[in-house]
Amino acid sequence: MNASLAVTLVTSAIMFGTPLLLAGLGELLAERSGVLNLGVEGMMLAGAVTAFWAVQAVPGPAWLALIVAVLLAAAAGGAMALIHAFVSVTLRANQIVSGLALTIFAGAAGLSSYLGVVWGLAGKPGAHQMSAIDMGALSDLPVAGPILFHQDPLVYASWLLVIVAAWYLYRTRPGLNLRSVGEAPAAADAMGIPVTAYRYVHTVIGGALAGVGGSYFTLVLSSQWTDGLTAGAGWIAIALVIFAFWRPGYLLIGAYFFGLLSGLGFDLQARGVAWPSEFFSALPYVMTVIALVIMSTGWARRQLGTPAALGTPYAREEGG
Amino acid sequence: MPGGIRVERRLGNPRWVAFVVPVVALIVAAIVTAAVLAASGHQPLQVYQQIYQAGFTANGALSRTFVYATPLLFTGLAAAVAFRMKVWNIGGEGQLYAGAIGAAGVGLALHTWPGPLVIIAMVIGGALAGALWAAIPGLLRAYLRTNEILTSLMLNYVAGLLLYYLIYDSTSYWRDMTSASAKVFPTGKSIEASAFWPQLSFGAALVVPMGFGLGIVVALGIWTVTRTSPTGFAMSVIGESPGAATYAGMRTKRTIAGVMLASGAFAGIGGASQIGDFGHTLDPRGLQQAGYGYTGIVVAALGRYNPLAVVIVSFLIGALTNAGFALQGPDFPSGLVGVIEGIILFSVLAGEALSRYRISLRRSPRTADTAPGTPVGEVVAP
Repeated sequence: MNASLAVTLVTSAIMFGTPLLLAGLGELLAERSGVLNLGVEGMMLAGAVTAFWAVQAVPGPAWLALIVAVLLAAAAGGAMALIHAFVSVTLRANQIVSGLALTIFAGAAGLSSYLGVVWGLAGKPGAHQMSAIDMGALSDLPVAGPILFHQDPLVYASWLLVIVAAWYLYRTRPGLNLRSVGEAPAAADAMGIPVTAYRYVHTVIGGALAGVGGSYFTLVLSSQWTDGLTAGAGWIAIALVIFAFWRPGYLLIGAYFFGLLSGLGFDLQARGVAWPSEFFSALPYVMTVIALVIMSTGWARRQLGTPAALGTPYAREEGG
Repeated sequence: MPGGIRVERRLGNPRWVAFVVPVVALIVAAIVTAAVLAASGHQPLQVYQQIYQAGFTANGALSRTFVYATPLLFTGLAAAVAFRMKVWNIGGEGQLYAGAIGAAGVGLALHTWPGPLVIIAMVIGGALAGALWAAIPGLLRAYLRTNEILTSLMLNYVAGLLLYYLIYDSTSYWRDMTSASAKVFPTGKSIEASAFWPQLSFGAALVVPMGFGLGIVVALGIWTVTRTSPTGFAMSVIGESPGAATYAGMRTKRTIAGVMLASGAFAGIGGASQIGDFGHTLDPRGLQQAGYGYTGIVVAALGRYNPLAVVIVSFLIGALTNAGFALQGPDFPSGLVGVIEGIILFSVLAGEALSRYRISLRRSPRTADTAPGTPVGEVVAP
């Protein structure tokens, strides 16, 4: 493989992997608190449509519109997650069905599509697109230049977030509390850790990150709004959390691997490989199934860091 | 100690819950949806009136509602049997596609056979194809404990791409290559008219497709099996407590795999009905646009996973889906149906959760009933 193809593949892996990484980090935090949120796809689409609306609606310079768009996308994703937190943490309803409800409510045939019509976004070109930061001489370096020094701000933000999340989980008091809430909520409660508050906060942060991940689709990957343009990225992000053994560092590797698979079709077809496009499009989904199977083997189960209380509501009077 | 509201856990599930929760959920959903509509500058009452007309009273509306209710009945049953056992098959969408591919293939291959035999073969072909597609997540879940939520969902996308490949990107058996225009604008081959599934006509106003009748038969079958057979008993025990089921010597793995296969088979018959009752040809766009598999989850939950209730609910949600397609436009954004369905699902969940608790007022410590057996827990709010 020549160097230029390798660089192309790595940059496209980062490009398509970034929304997976952002949404996956969010889901990782929520799951660490014991809340499984299957609404990622819906939250991403809510973020995507909000960001696309914001870049049209916010006047002033492009950088301002883009910042507002990302923040509003985070707010939209967070608001969606709040519904899930209320239903699954406060009302203690089934988390799986609640997450599915969120994806149906906000997803491709739900609120995101509704808002797209109400805001009249169909067929409009994006007013502003987020572009890579040019770092002059650094960006011109061979290999490292395009990969490390010629990315857009959200890519750098995602790298920073991986470091922050790892530090938070393993090096801070609230991070330790978070892990204990996800592992043994009754014990955490007995130690005076507010279980419900931890679950709410991390579910909502998770939703905000999913919203930002969604905004990457409308601010970077596509210049148009179409219903359901995330095409299952939210579900792959949920699977990635499992592949990453609930660890931020592994999540980065997994996200870029799946980003590579997502971009592979475009790259190889551009170079004249004539396999049916459906084959390449199906790759990330098929690989997700294969990876999940590998994760169910004995080896992986020994490595696994599934939070022990994942998916189970906590009620003080019932705990024991 | 001052008087207050007393919330305690119910020990059993009273009968009225089965009826009251879905009704209250629908009312709450109507109110919340009205708020969403009002917020986006629509007239809620006017929109509801339109939905009612397009779903039930307009010319031919009832027949069209059955067109949407039929696949929803099958995907609803598919979700109901699996979810009841806490086997989360979200692959109804892909299993419906697989059923459509299978039934269309059988229908085309047997074009020389007499119509009634082809119809029976199509039902079987659709069921087998759906079961086969569900076997992947089902066997993985049962024997390797692979997360079936994600695998069944991923396979929806794969099945959708397979549909596209068969009609738009290849010269497959399913694609019509006979005319010049079909080579430019890809369509599927049509099955023989003798193999079109029969309809039950009540005059011009109401036509009920054979698929809906078949769905009622399947629902009755599921109801009978779950209520009366040892397998049905094992299913409910495994759903409540897999550990206890294994301890009691039940074949947990085999039952989980079997339920997943049955669930896929039901969705597959839904796909067969799409070919036999309605389209008569494999139409990737039409199948994917409708999202019957995902809506089936809403149907199952609103019917509280009871197969007979699913029959009624599929008709109601069928009317909503029908109205969604009929009214689609700036005054009725296409996403509205999903919004309503999502809110219905949340309301059902909230209702189920709240019905687990008994809420009572107590005026003073003396009149309070302090020892009604032993309450599992209590929360006292001032």
